[in-house]
Amino acid sequence: MSKKIEPNLSVNLAGIKLKTPIVAASGPFGYGREYNERSDFHYLGALTVKGVSLDPWQGNKPPRIAETTGGMLNAIGLQNPGLEYFLSEELPFLKKLDTRLIVNIIGRTIEEYSTVAGKLDQAPGIDGLEINISCPNVSCGGITLGTDPVLTAEVVGAVREKTILPILVKLSPNVTDITKIALAAEKAGADGISLINTVTGMLIDTKKKKPLLGNTFGGLSGPAVMPLALRMVWQVAETVNIPILGMGGINSADDALQFILAGARAVAIGTGIFYDPHLPVTILSGMRSYMIEGGYASLGQLEGAARKESY
Amino acid sequence: MISNKKVGEHHYRLTLKAPAIAGEAKPGQFIMLYLNKQDGVLLPRPFSIYLADKAKGEIVLLFEVRGCGTNILAKASEGSFFKVMGPLGRNFPNPSGQSLLLAGGMGIAPLVFLAASARVSMVMIYGAKTNQMLVCPPEDLINPMVSVIRVTEDGSFGEKGTCLDFLEQYLANTVEIYACGPMPMLSTVADLGKQHKIKAWLSLEERMACGIGACLGCVTATAGGYKRVCADGPVFPAEEVSFGE
Repeated sequence: MSKKIEPNLSVNLAGIKLKTPIVAASGPFGYGREYNERSDFHYLGALTVKGVSLDPWQGNKPPRIAETTGGMLNAIGLQNPGLEYFLSEELPFLKKLDTRLIVNIIGRTIEEYSTVAGKLDQAPGIDGLEINISCPNVSCGGITLGTDPVLTAEVVGAVREKTILPILVKLSPNVTDITKIALAAEKAGADGISLINTVTGMLIDTKKKKPLLGNTFGGLSGPAVMPLALRMVWQVAETVNIPILGMGGINSADDALQFILAGARAVAIGTGIFYDPHLPVTILSGMRSYMIEGGYASLGQLEGAARKESY
Repeated sequence: MISNKKVGEHHYRLTLKAPAIAGEAKPGQFIMLYLNKQDGVLLPRPFSIYLADKAKGEIVLLFEVRGCGTNILAKASEGSFFKVMGPLGRNFPNPSGQSLLLAGGMGIAPLVFLAASARVSMVMIYGAKTNQMLVCPPEDLINPMVSVIRVTEDGSFGEKGTCLDFLEQYLANTVEIYACGPMPMLSTVADLGKQHKIKAWLSLEERMACGIGACLGCVTATAGGYKRVCADGPVFPAEEVSFGE
């Protein structure tokens, strides 16, 4: 009987060394405090914190969330306390967590993105940046940049000039051809691609005969979007040579493995944490069992494996 | 689940064995109840802690069936298991003197626990549309410190009117007001509190995802910007809350 080896689940995501391939997606975890008390960040390779802008943003008017069949809509509108507050009040706490720290950055203009990136580059304790050009819930910045390859290249290039930190670019699924945006980001100097952000949608309150969300439109997330996200990770993995952080409705170890097999280097959990604060642990142990049973020594052996075999 | 008793046409009084929560819970706090994955509902649902019995290790919820989550819960039977997180949120402050409790419809849910724990004398005005909608069982409101006045909009029980129609006569002796109900009612309570210089505390409701302050999904407009109902509330000082669009 062969001896079972302990598989290596650590990965190098765009220069960020993750001890596990499970990353907390930007948004649901806020700045880490709340879930740190109720979930174990030790099992996370990295925590991506909620988007940080140059000045405080107040976000959208409520209601901001609604459940849908197999998912949820949100239109938070990137409410955040701004860069200065983040650096003085949130970062000191975040640095103490036993996981890598990725800061999601947002802006109304390309200059705002590059200013935020420049300031974060100087702050010790940050392992990487994630440029959010895909939030569907704000009227400028966000998705307006991420649906245009030229603007994507401009914002990535502007951030690249300001930082030596690894840069991930978070893409929107609300585009005709996601590979064009991914390629533009890669050419402009991105070190990795995060996808997907939420899919735009809406609900109507039939009693009030009005849109349910205060912002009318919101972003759909949760298990309902998983196959769509997986398809896009597959397409982007075929197109770019930089690593991918795959996300979108991941609900189990099997879901997570599908993203890895499609070509993702690591996976992120977002909405899942709302209904199962222990989801990262459950997924990690399921992935480990899969690797032990299949005799895989490292997760890298599985990256893109489904794609390669299809040729 | 210890029991799930139907108390109205669409209303249930649900008892859960949850000793840790029952031991710590304070009036005004809430729990997040996670439905089981096979029921096809994702997000946990927030419920006010309607009563907590430390000795028995039980908490009680009072709810109205409004959507798919409460519909599933209404059908759940004794012996079912649910994951529950709590107690969460900011509680009502301890009443410091003669208090007035105003419950509009399902706004009764967080106020019964406050009434049950009262050590100062209180008047509770509990209003609903009809007699059938006064779903809180009288045996849950038996604290001798609290006089309960039940009113209905159609006059099918007690005097005819909303709880707002009867509160002014009690304001003279009132030190603090505690209210929960529809937003237009709470807006009026806030105005009256200000007018009469009586401190008022309002318990608010909003759709939630995380329940612990992380996701910013459940905010309400306040004088200090958007605040989280789950973590900065659900109990807010009336003067902080911004009403209207």
